[in-house]
Amino acid sequence: MQTVDDLIIRIGGEAGMGLESSGVGFAQALVRGGLHVFGLPDYHSRIRGGHNFFSVRIARRPLYSHTEPVHLLLALDPETVRRHIGAVVPGGAVVYDEKDGLPDIPRRTDVGYFSIPLAKLAEEAGGSAIMRNTLVFAVAAGLIGFDPTYIESVARDNFARKGPAVVDANLRVIQAGVEASRPFQADFPFRMEAVPDAPRRLLLNGNQAFAMGALAGGCRFVSGYPMTPGSPVLEWMAAHAAEYGVVTLQVEDEIAALCMAIGAGYAGVRAMAPTSGGGFSLMVEALGLAGMTEVPVVVYEAQRPGPSTGLATRTEQGDLLFVLHASQGEFPRIILAPGTVEQAFEAGWRAFNFAERYQCPVIVLSDHYLATSVRDVVPEDLNLDAVVIDRGELLTEADLDRLEGEYRRHAFTESGISPRAIPGHPKAVYASSSDEHDEYGHIYEDAENRRRMQEKRMRKLETARSEMRLPTAYGAADPDLTFIAWGSTYGPMREAVDRLNGQGVRARMLHFTDIWPVPQDVEKLLVGETIAVENNYSGQFADLLRMATGHTVSRRILKWDGRPLSPEYITHHVSRFT
Amino acid sequence: MVTIDDFASPVRPTWCTGCGNFAIWNAVKRALAQVGLAPHQVMLVSGIGCGSKLPDYTHANGYMTLHGRTVPVATGVRLANHGLRVLCTHGDGDAYAEGLGHMLHAARRNIGLVDIIQDNRIYGLTKGQYSPTSDRGRVSKTSPWGAFELPVNPIALALAAGATFVARSWSGDLNHLTATIVRALGHRGYALIDVFQPCVTFNRQNSYDFYRPRVYNLQDDPDYDVTDRMAAFARALEWGDRIPIGVFYQVEDRPAYEEQVPALKAGPLAPRPVEKLRPEQVQRLLEEFL
Repeated sequence: MQTVDDLIIRIGGEAGMGLESSGVGFAQALVRGGLHVFGLPDYHSRIRGGHNFFSVRIARRPLYSHTEPVHLLLALDPETVRRHIGAVVPGGAVVYDEKDGLPDIPRRTDVGYFSIPLAKLAEEAGGSAIMRNTLVFAVAAGLIGFDPTYIESVARDNFARKGPAVVDANLRVIQAGVEASRPFQADFPFRMEAVPDAPRRLLLNGNQAFAMGALAGGCRFVSGYPMTPGSPVLEWMAAHAAEYGVVTLQVEDEIAALCMAIGAGYAGVRAMAPTSGGGFSLMVEALGLAGMTEVPVVVYEAQRPGPSTGLATRTEQGDLLFVLHASQGEFPRIILAPGTVEQAFEAGWRAFNFAERYQCPVIVLSDHYLATSVRDVVPEDLNLDAVVIDRGELLTEADLDRLEGEYRRHAFTESGISPRAIPGHPKAVYASSSDEHDEYGHIYEDAENRRRMQEKRMRKLETARSEMRLPTAYGAADPDLTFIAWGSTYGPMREAVDRLNGQGVRARMLHFTDIWPVPQDVEKLLVGETIAVENNYSGQFADLLRMATGHTVSRRILKWDGRPLSPEYITHHVSRFT
Repeated sequence: MVTIDDFASPVRPTWCTGCGNFAIWNAVKRALAQVGLAPHQVMLVSGIGCGSKLPDYTHANGYMTLHGRTVPVATGVRLANHGLRVLCTHGDGDAYAEGLGHMLHAARRNIGLVDIIQDNRIYGLTKGQYSPTSDRGRVSKTSPWGAFELPVNPIALALAAGATFVARSWSGDLNHLTATIVRALGHRGYALIDVFQPCVTFNRQNSYDFYRPRVYNLQDDPDYDVTDRMAAFARALEWGDRIPIGVFYQVEDRPAYEEQVPALKAGPLAPRPVEKLRPEQVQRLLEEFL
């Protein structure tokens, strides 16, 4: 028996078997049991069939990334064994359903094969074979020596609204699973026991963290059209809409979604439109409207691999230069790319402050990996007390009462920011226009006015630049290798840095969340050998840095197969050139 | 007391002499004054096109947006602040070409907008291409063989989409136009007013002289029932020597979208202060993930 630093359990089966929900439930139980987890769903764009899996990595230290090996494979169909047996570490094991057997699958001699009548036991104990996903996680708990009472507590909470009969059925299924694991416990060498009396921690994914941050930041209007992986933000907001006074609506297309959010922003409400790259493509013209008429609005863009439909349920960082340049003409925009649950939460409220302070569109660039993978954090890491609501140069009712002369919505100012009045006050009646306009908002084609108005708008970007955060540095202070990461690559990159430093390679990560405008003085940090690590084909952020700072990265480690970067993938590529 | 003069803007219209937009502009101002809505209590949202410059010529809150996107922007304004009466003024290209989908969805949503379409049945600002309401066979710069398509029937489409107020008026009858807008302003949900708006430069066919002998007012018939949807459909299909104007359909039994949104029960959103969550709210949120 050995207690390992890391233990990875993977459950696989067809879509419709409830892998992700039961997997998240199991991860929740592990967190209640004082363990740290990182849960990664992997699924196809279909409702039934195909092959889906959910991996949960477990440790006694905080985790920031998934990794590739598997200790325990829970196979709800033979296909899972066929696909994932190669990932199982020597000494690891496969749990499979006796009724399925393992037809025509060559057996490894260094892996345990535990045949258990999963469906039969689930039916006997709980009344339904579908409950075998719950049962198999109880088997897993038994095998790793994890106290099943934590699984029971999650089942109680999750099924409470379905009534005591359903709760009891689940508890019986859990008990049956633990019993079924007993004959195999001696044959499974890896242990991960609960840590009693650990502080309570939250389990959530990037979408949820961002949505909560946005709500805490005063977002009160959300319009969207369903698209993976961005729409869970609309769903989460809709679930909280009545309680927190948020208007949420599903609309006819993403063009309408952003136009409505802009209308709401113009009228004075903190508004956003969550989407993915395809939906953002439809929003492009409206983005320019917000730029031209200086309307605060937030777009949450959870990337997935393109072009076009691409890989609907997979991940990529391929939209960076697209969102940077989207829409005709030149106008200020701010781009944030959180990399962790904590950063996603923070981006949620920071985005709305930037939008109102600079009266421009703000794009929060997420991706499928960040949006859907779950991690545990202590409640203090989602620091709701630290939330600041800064509406920028917004004129109050009292300011407006004192207003003299005609209100100039787009007044020329040194900072480029014109004090904003929310429509509805008798002294600040105005109409802005997507046409070039004068200070009052009236359509005006004069060359000198155009020059000044464009300069005013673009000046906001320079004012904003000083507020953009420099990258987070992690790793060796005096590095041989400096890795440049942005957005969701934070976790895999951080762990790769740890591993490299453990191997004697002095490595450091510079991780960017504030992407555009590129933070002031960043070039001072970009010294020596730099390696861009990105989940895309071309290294878009490296190109952006070169454009903005003149710094040319030495190398690029890239991945564009629709799957996230892993620590192993990064260190493997590093080993090829060190 | 609100008067027409309250809406006077220093900007003079660039419309051609005789343009049907003048009547629509005057009717909007007259109607607003008549119902007592002051410039700061309304929002005029438009798109792009000759008619969409109307907010620039009017002293009132306004927003001149994108071609075809008038209605979604206006919907956002309305949901953010239903204390403002929101009117859309945009052309047939804006409303029925790029924006047709939005019109249908606004109708089924029953969002509280007065949607005035300046329907000149031609593209004026881009100098004379045929439009979605141009007649089949219409010769224009982009339809040199005559348009192959049938014109859009906005009245029938709006009825089919579930609109609760569907009307038509025309620029040759300022009083009727004003009265129609006044009636729409009193409607609780989405109100579509298609307005025949002669373009004196690019559409010589659908001129004042074309419409004057043809239009008749539905409300002149005391037996016409505006709550009868089938009757409205029948009139919507009437076209030729006699063209109906007036209110085709109006029902008040369906709540407006904004009346049903839980977050809006406490009143308009925009004037509410944006505040940090209270500690007990924070606690509840965090507990979801424990």
